[in-house]
Amino acid sequence: MFSNQLCLLCNEEMRQELSWKSVFLKVTEKVCCETCNTKFERITGDRCRTCSRTLADSQDSVCYDCIRWEHDSTWSGCLSSNHSLFIYNDFLKEIIAKYKYRGDYAIAGAFAPYLKQYLAELEFDCLVPIPLSAERLRERGFNQAKGLAQMAGYSCQELLMRTHSEKQSKKSRHERIHAQQVFQLCSEEVQGKQILLLDDIYTTGSTLRQAAKVLKLAGAEEIKSLTLAR
Amino acid sequence: MSSILEISSTEHSPFSFSKDLHDHLSGRSLLALEIPFETALLTEHLQQGFVTAKPGVVHDKSKWLCGRCGSTDQRLFASFPCSLCDSDCTYCRACIMMGRVSECAKLYTWSGPEWVYPIPEKVMAWEGTLSEGQQTASDQVVTSIAANAELLVWAVCGAGKTEVLFRGIESALTMGKRICIATPRTDVVLELAPRLKAAFPHIDVAALYGGSEERHKQSPLVVSTTHQLFRFERAFDVIIIDEVDAFPYSADASLQYAVSKAKKAKSSTIYLTATPSKKMQHDYRSGKLSAVKIPARFHRRPIPVPELKWGGNWQKQLQQGKLHPELKRWTLQRLQQNIPILLFFPSIAVMDSCLPLFQQLHPHLQSVYSADPNRKEKVMALRHGEFPGLLTTTILERGVTIHRLEVAIIGAEHDVFSESGLVQIAGRVGRSKDHYRGNVTFFHYGKSKDMVEAVSHIKRMNEEAHKRGLLDVL
Ligand SMILES: [Zn+2]
Ligand SMILES: [Zn+2]
Ligand SMILES: [Zn+2]
Ligand SMILES: [Zn+2]
Repeated sequence: MFSNQLCLLCNEEMRQELSWKSVFLKVTEKVCCETCNTKFERITGDRCRTCSRTLADSQDSVCYDCIRWEHDSTWSGCLSSNHSLFIYNDFLKEIIAKYKYRGDYAIAGAFAPYLKQYLAELEFDCLVPIPLSAERLRERGFNQAKGLAQMAGYSCQELLMRTHSEKQSKKSRHERIHAQQVFQLCSEEVQGKQILLLDDIYTTGSTLRQAAKVLKLAGAEEIKSLTLAR
Repeated sequence: MSSILEISSTEHSPFSFSKDLHDHLSGRSLLALEIPFETALLTEHLQQGFVTAKPGVVHDKSKWLCGRCGSTDQRLFASFPCSLCDSDCTYCRACIMMGRVSECAKLYTWSGPEWVYPIPEKVMAWEGTLSEGQQTASDQVVTSIAANAELLVWAVCGAGKTEVLFRGIESALTMGKRICIATPRTDVVLELAPRLKAAFPHIDVAALYGGSEERHKQSPLVVSTTHQLFRFERAFDVIIIDEVDAFPYSADASLQYAVSKAKKAKSSTIYLTATPSKKMQHDYRSGKLSAVKIPARFHRRPIPVPELKWGGNWQKQLQQGKLHPELKRWTLQRLQQNIPILLFFPSIAVMDSCLPLFQQLHPHLQSVYSADPNRKEKVMALRHGEFPGLLTTTILERGVTIHRLEVAIIGAEHDVFSESGLVQIAGRVGRSKDHYRGNVTFFHYGKSKDMVEAVSHIKRMNEEAHKRGLLDVL
């Protein structure tokens, strides 16, 4: 018997509307149901030129946080811009947690169409996922940023590795920013390259800037970043 | 010569296993991540045969099978480039919320000596009395537990089914048996645990649900959500399954798997429900499943029989922003008499579009749905008379007991209202001795088979109760 495909996010059966069109044309395969799809909130409208945050006041083009980062000589010029796709709402929080912490790799497939579209528009030489520590990788079995790229049909270059454990949440913003170097380079081939960093969530931007700085010092020309949520 | 000595010396000093690991793993089936012990300790126990391991997900006859939840729905298996086994590793998405089980992940279980507990001198403190119907059922529960047999306790809503278990649990505990009461709902776990603790004060009662702190505790008496059963293997001598019919058909197979995995080879299974599934009723009639019925409520009054009323094309009426005059009258009558009401709808969408129409009748009418964060508060408010009534979906069909409550269903012929759901909804009414009558009305646009069956179900139970002399004649 023919069984309906399940929504990747809620596991509900998706009704296939049989019409002449779907019989003759191969309809692009949907991975999530309409109910789930509508729960994603795209970041639209006025946003910070640097970090993609939605701006309340359309007078500014760069948010206060980014201005602060750029005024700090340690970080100035490291990360030229960040793009984020979705607002980190409760729904996305739940989905990303299931993906990352429960280890449901297949969920990356739900984001693949969106990421594909974005990646096609951005210019870069290397796509670099934010690495996990060896300990985290052992726990989870995969790197969530790399998984997003793979499911979108892109291969990554793992140019960076963690030097320390990543217990971020326990540190204050100050500590995080002034912490010792978190990443180190594992390949020297970054000279003159345009790099796109990839991560699941943009929180304070400090992780991405830490990574960007290492790459910048090694001679990368420009570093941008792309995250699923912010 | 020396080899003989070695053999005899090992015979005389058997492997001394870790008490802590025994406590943690006995009767369980867990992933390495769920076992907070040194890898070396686990390996040693594996080598000595005190712990066994099996692959989490296996490929059998070109089909994937999950060793934890038993899922074989091929749509819920996916693979990922696993950095642990360095290959494309298949995992189960059906039980992913309990952490990933994959091809390279092992499920560990204790295979050494069984876990035992000290049996207190006096097991039970409960001294309540049972109705005649309850007593018959209680006796059969005791017999079935002693015989490691299966039993269906078919007790109408309001029969007092929990008390029926007490003697059985007492007898099992006296024999040092391990008992699990499994229910689909966390609310029920939370409500039942303190009652059991009070009834069996010297027994360690564990309440297990997602996020519960007692998850790793060993105890003789466990109250668990059915979900948590997946973490058990050959643990229980008695499994009592509450509201077996509350599961959607798709979940039924996985529940069966969980139960058969969690119980010991020789064990007793007690099914407890007001509305057994068609299959269970069939198994009972054909003699495959023994059952005991409690057809009467504790208060010895018959169960209100639902009235079926033509409600017209409710979907069309809604589009026109109208309520059927009969439905309007039914609602207004109760609002005027301050009778709390529950109005059941086939879907959230229908309910939402009806709410403003009902609020024209009374501005304080509210709606409640499954994901409603204020669900509990709203039901409490209805119970305390702060709201005159609630609009709801099938989520409130079970477990809600409100004094003087009356209910109506709008679109009762809809597929979401199964026979058992309808019997449960009707079962909300007439729960107390001084208000045992109460009205239940199914507004419909053409009677469904389930509606007719629900009505005859209730009538049959009342007749049987009458015949057995379990009702007070007025
Ligand atoms: Zn969905
Ligand atoms: Zn910004
Ligand atoms: Zn599973
Ligand atoms: Zn693996």
